[in-house]
Amino acid sequence: MNMNYTAEEFAFRDEVRGFLDENLPADIAARVKGLRRLSREDHERWQKILCKQGWYATHWPEEYGGVKWTPVQKHIWDEESCRYGAPRSIPFGVNMVAPVIIKFGNEEQKQKYLPRILSGEDWWCQGYSEPGAGSDLASLKTRAVRDGDHYIVNGQKAWTTLGQHANMIFCLVRTNTEVKKQEGISFLLIDMNTPGIDVRPVITLDGEHEVNEVFFQDVKVPVENLVGEEDKGWTYAKYLLTYERTGLAGIGLSKAALSHLRGLASRRLKNGRPLIEDPSFSQRIARLEIDLTAAAISNLRIIAAVEGGGMPGAESSMLKVRGTEIRQSINDLARRAIGPYALPFVEEELDQGFNGEFLSDEDAAPLSAHYFNNRKLSIFGGSNEIQKNIVSKMILGL
Amino acid sequence: MDFRLNEEQQMLQDTVARLVRGEYSFEKRLEFSATDLGFSADFWKQLSELGLTAVPFSEELGGFGGGGVEVQSLMTELGRGLCLEPYLQSVVLGGGLIGHAGSDSQKETWLAGIASGELKAAVGLQEPQSFYDLNNVETRAEKNGGGSGEAYVLNGRKAVVIGGHCADVIVVSARTSGDSRDAAGISLFALDPDTAGVERRTYPTIDGARGCDITLNGVKVGADALLGDEGSAGEVIEYQAGRAIAALCAEAVGVMEMANELTLEYLKQRKQFGVPIGKFQVLQHRMVDMMSELEQARSMAILSANVADIEQSDERRRVLAGAKNIVGRAGQFIAESGIQMHGGIGMTWEYNFAHYAKRLIGINHQLGDDDFHLERYASLLQAS
Repeated sequence: MNMNYTAEEFAFRDEVRGFLDENLPADIAARVKGLRRLSREDHERWQKILCKQGWYATHWPEEYGGVKWTPVQKHIWDEESCRYGAPRSIPFGVNMVAPVIIKFGNEEQKQKYLPRILSGEDWWCQGYSEPGAGSDLASLKTRAVRDGDHYIVNGQKAWTTLGQHANMIFCLVRTNTEVKKQEGISFLLIDMNTPGIDVRPVITLDGEHEVNEVFFQDVKVPVENLVGEEDKGWTYAKYLLTYERTGLAGIGLSKAALSHLRGLASRRLKNGRPLIEDPSFSQRIARLEIDLTAAAISNLRIIAAVEGGGMPGAESSMLKVRGTEIRQSINDLARRAIGPYALPFVEEELDQGFNGEFLSDEDAAPLSAHYFNNRKLSIFGGSNEIQKNIVSKMILGL
Repeated sequence: MDFRLNEEQQMLQDTVARLVRGEYSFEKRLEFSATDLGFSADFWKQLSELGLTAVPFSEELGGFGGGGVEVQSLMTELGRGLCLEPYLQSVVLGGGLIGHAGSDSQKETWLAGIASGELKAAVGLQEPQSFYDLNNVETRAEKNGGGSGEAYVLNGRKAVVIGGHCADVIVVSARTSGDSRDAAGISLFALDPDTAGVERRTYPTIDGARGCDITLNGVKVGADALLGDEGSAGEVIEYQAGRAIAALCAEAVGVMEMANELTLEYLKQRKQFGVPIGKFQVLQHRMVDMMSELEQARSMAILSANVADIEQSDERRRVLAGAKNIVGRAGQFIAESGIQMHGGIGMTWEYNFAHYAKRLIGINHQLGDDDFHLERYASLLQAS
């Protein structure tokens, strides 16, 4: 039993801190910590800095430009970059499609797409969900029919995050309707500039344009854009989901959010005293901090097991549920901390470059919108109810 | 980072597990619980013969200086068996207080016996008015004019002394100065329960153990009964209660493991509407929640075992308060959910689940419940 980092791991943490001290742009960190919206340019600027350091592709083998970090090193990076307010990488290219291409793609695909992900030339989005295929993803209906050297794609994808910026989309499409639903799905890479693709914004409850619907009408996709074998896409999709699920617990993000909340509660007043000294509010914070401490140890237990050669299994599902509940509760408390100022919704206060007078202050401006935006946490990446189904089946055998 | 037990710790845990499996069937436990002693003298003897009562003590006392993780490994297995023996009271708390505060000669008097299991200790730290605050002490120890054999006179009441009914020595707190809720001015005395003026009212507890309330009526004790410096026991008590909290959390994890295993088994075997009830999603999700609560509790039990024996600090206080809070919440959730999912059979005395549920609730009432420790954690939050 040893809960400490090794000397090498402590040294790595120092290296990470040194890097962040020197390279994380202050304006971007301020926006992340202030819960402001990040622009495309913010993401691209940070990606370039990471790539220069060689720390962008943490899930890739070294031969493709990845960095060979141990699970503990990845964890240290996650904790520290959250603590410093570094933006999270947009995962669709680097952490989602790339591992699939590396594992199941052919050499040509690797040579073509991986460098363009690193350079930022390609911005990927994910074409999984459909209006009729959410939790029951395998029932997807977007159809790809082989026609010579092409597939002709027709259908509709939903909840396409940041699709408005993307020039590439990876899609699950139905190539066979005669077999069991999981066995007729293929994994296609599609250029968003192909004629017949229409991206329409979906404005979320916080007024944000973060997700889209993507329509496909007779879209011609070259057959060389098929990853792996036809009709085997479900296997690749599941492989991708295991990547998606790691890190969905968001422990590092919750730690940063909790520290933000404590600051907030120290500055706001109730009965003339800092809110953090109020008995009921401080107990709410305490309870969350305790829950987070336990979840962080559970996370470390999984990391240590993976470091020792194990595979993360359904335990990550349990942690996804717990971790997202904790983060949503922190967002809930942050919103409560500003009392009546949770009501005003002055969107321009969230814009980059806003230099008017804040209605309340810059702390308060994003909190309600942020709370509502993060209701997504328990829905995406497999809803928390689906995660419980997974645990029930895989661990409990029910 | 490595969360696995080392070889010795694993051997220790396996030893206890084997012993509990062999000697502590549910039926036997009911019999042990129904005796006046309230546990198995024979099992206690076996624990001591295997050196298990000596685990946290030094080599001279037959132990190997085991720390929080060793105690954790052992307590988890005792928890799985719902064992009734006063390990926590005698070895962890009694031995801990005497070892921490006692002089060399006092340690010589008591510790070897506690480590070998020949002597059983109990602790009287709570009082009828104290709730869970161990600084709330109204029992008074007045300096007596008499000879050194009768240096102090104790008057007061000690509440819910688990294992006090059969203890050979009871470590009690008493105030030698200060007001009833001051941290300063508390002293510890090693009390022979047969001393004149000590009156014990013995009772069974809801979770199958036995305890007593103690009235101290002009009890005269010698100077050699005072453990440590007069009036300075507050910190010792807080520290040792912390070790006991870590041990209780470990026990609770064992109880929760069994409670979850029993419930899962029942979900697979009990049929209604023509299918095992575990096919119903509403029960599956509740079972997953029980698992998740257990894992949260286990994480905190591990963390608390790792801080149990470090120097006192606010960080240690926070971890222990946080652990006891989570264990209290998780325990109650598992107890209630398990009874619910068992349905009628979960309500009966003769089926084992209810006894696990009762122990989980019982643990929440030892050394502070989840509300108490949440408040405590919150107060440390403000200080930080």
